[in-house]
Amino acid sequence: MAAIEFDGVGKRFGAVTVLDGLRLTIAEGEFFTFVGPSGCGKSTTLSLIAGLERPTSGRVLFDGEPVDHLAPRDRDVAMVFQSYALYPHMSVAENIGFPLKLRGAKPPEIRTAVAEVARRLGIEALLERRPRELSGGQRQRVALGRALVRRPRVFLLDEPLSNLDARLRLEMRAELKRLHAEYRITTVYVTHDQEEAMALSDRVAVLNAGRVEQCGPPLELYHRPANLFVAGFVGSPPINVLDARYVPDLALPEGTSVDDVVVGVRPVDVRVTATSSEPRALAAEVLLAEPTGDEVWVVGRLDGQQIIGRAASDAVPIPGSTARFELARERLHLFDRQSGRRVA
Amino acid sequence: MGVANTDADGDEAMRKTGSDPEFRAVRKTGSDPEFRVGTYLGVVLVAAYCLAPLAWQLVTSLRPPAELTTLPPLLPTRVTLEHYAAVFTGHPFPRMLLNSFIVAAGATVIALAFGSAAAFALTKMRARGYGVLLAIVLATSMLPPIATVSPLYLLINALGLRDTLAALILTYSGFTLPLAIWVLTSFLRQLPDELYSAARVDGCTPRQALVRVILPLAAPGLAATGLLVFIFAWNEFLYALTFTATERSRTVPVGIALFPGLHEVPWGEIAAASLLVTVPVFVLVLLYQRRIVEGLTAGAVKG
Repeated sequence: MAAIEFDGVGKRFGAVTVLDGLRLTIAEGEFFTFVGPSGCGKSTTLSLIAGLERPTSGRVLFDGEPVDHLAPRDRDVAMVFQSYALYPHMSVAENIGFPLKLRGAKPPEIRTAVAEVARRLGIEALLERRPRELSGGQRQRVALGRALVRRPRVFLLDEPLSNLDARLRLEMRAELKRLHAEYRITTVYVTHDQEEAMALSDRVAVLNAGRVEQCGPPLELYHRPANLFVAGFVGSPPINVLDARYVPDLALPEGTSVDDVVVGVRPVDVRVTATSSEPRALAAEVLLAEPTGDEVWVVGRLDGQQIIGRAASDAVPIPGSTARFELARERLHLFDRQSGRRVA
Repeated sequence: MGVANTDADGDEAMRKTGSDPEFRAVRKTGSDPEFRVGTYLGVVLVAAYCLAPLAWQLVTSLRPPAELTTLPPLLPTRVTLEHYAAVFTGHPFPRMLLNSFIVAAGATVIALAFGSAAAFALTKMRARGYGVLLAIVLATSMLPPIATVSPLYLLINALGLRDTLAALILTYSGFTLPLAIWVLTSFLRQLPDELYSAARVDGCTPRQALVRVILPLAAPGLAATGLLVFIFAWNEFLYALTFTATERSRTVPVGIALFPGLHEVPWGEIAAASLLVTVPVFVLVLLYQRRIVEGLTAGAVKG
């Protein structure tokens, strides 16, 4: 197990800057997630930790020791790939045992270790099969087994759940969390799915165009987004961004005017009713309603701006009608209109 | 060989129609009887065109000597095996076969070893100047053999390799390397890069990754490439004629060309020997056809 430090790490491919002066530390035993839209540099970050890529500038350190001169095999990291990258010509047992075999372990040791990991992952029955005879979820487990079998210092996961169907994804998500609790290996996870990042991680870094927009525990990102990008990326459905002039009685910090800021409010913090006693509720035309079970997301239009709120499933406003959108006043976020940064 | 190839294609097409929706349209027309008759007619015509010379060789090889240069009769009045016997008694035929085999196998091993290493470096290790390198490799194979035969002869002589099998092995592997690199490059490019990354993270050196992960998956490509190199080396005539002097290093094509004596051309023996040397190649193709067609990569990535 190791702490990982990025010391001003930059990565360019030709003229394209993928990472720009990345500076952060991942603590030993932590479950850390890089999340961001595609092309934000998150997968490159993993490759830099694994040693599959070298940084153009800056250093990567494990436990304070620079590792940039080390080949992947000398770093003792394990990785699960998006496509699983199982070796098709080997059986499941051979796949899982391969890293041990390369390290010169004796066949009986390998057999014991493979059996142990297979038991923990519930794939003992599959050991003699070939990867092509497995379902997606089973392949995923084999890939996890191959990574866990040698108890690496660092465990890297590159969008490991994105090829699974929705139900299996939830199942494997819980499994990953359980495995992390069990093994306590420093885990770096990459995903574009913010919900996955929130559910799994001790801390999350939101990456955008090669830069860290914000780094912190999931709930901090959710409750105190540092800027509009993070606010818009974290949380589903995405946060509403409203022109400040539409929100009456807005408490503004000193020295700012309504024209300088925009208001962010999460859809869960907007209550939609046909009538409301709250005088400051916004009146908006209902465009559509999306039932999700107990709650219904209501999309409304307010002078060309879109606003989403939630309604109780027994009191859904009819599309085309005008409904009252009531904002939870203590849960409004203010952002600078120009820079997008959070205003105190 | 013509027959073997069409068989292989047929198998593959059938496999594809089963799973790939794109090919379903083909199967539909395939079940149309008129289309089917047309297909078979075409196959028969092409096969006949390819096999006719071979058939004529067979007829010639079984003809009594008196009928060799007379027509009619189109078919021999009696079948004789005396030409086959003469091939083995009148000439050092087994020695020539052995020479040919050593040369072809040696060239194949060398071309595959260097070709796969080069293709691996070009595709998976992201060597710089990928396109330029491939173009240069291709350019070297554009010279006609006749243009290179005399300088190569001088070189072989200077190295003291004249009339040795090594001279032919070196020349053939050199001339087939561009082909090997090209075929293997396009083959390795289809293997997912994540497999190589996974092998490296799991603890492979690049060489281990090549030998333990990439090459086993490239087996069909290796078989196909090896077959092409082997056939080239087995059939090559010009260099073999130039670089060899005695039966110590003579290969079959040269040996057969030297069959004619002072006063007569032994057509029957030439036909018999030609057929005999086609047999090993034929057998090789039959053996490896499965391997070539077989897709080993199924299950490597989600599919």
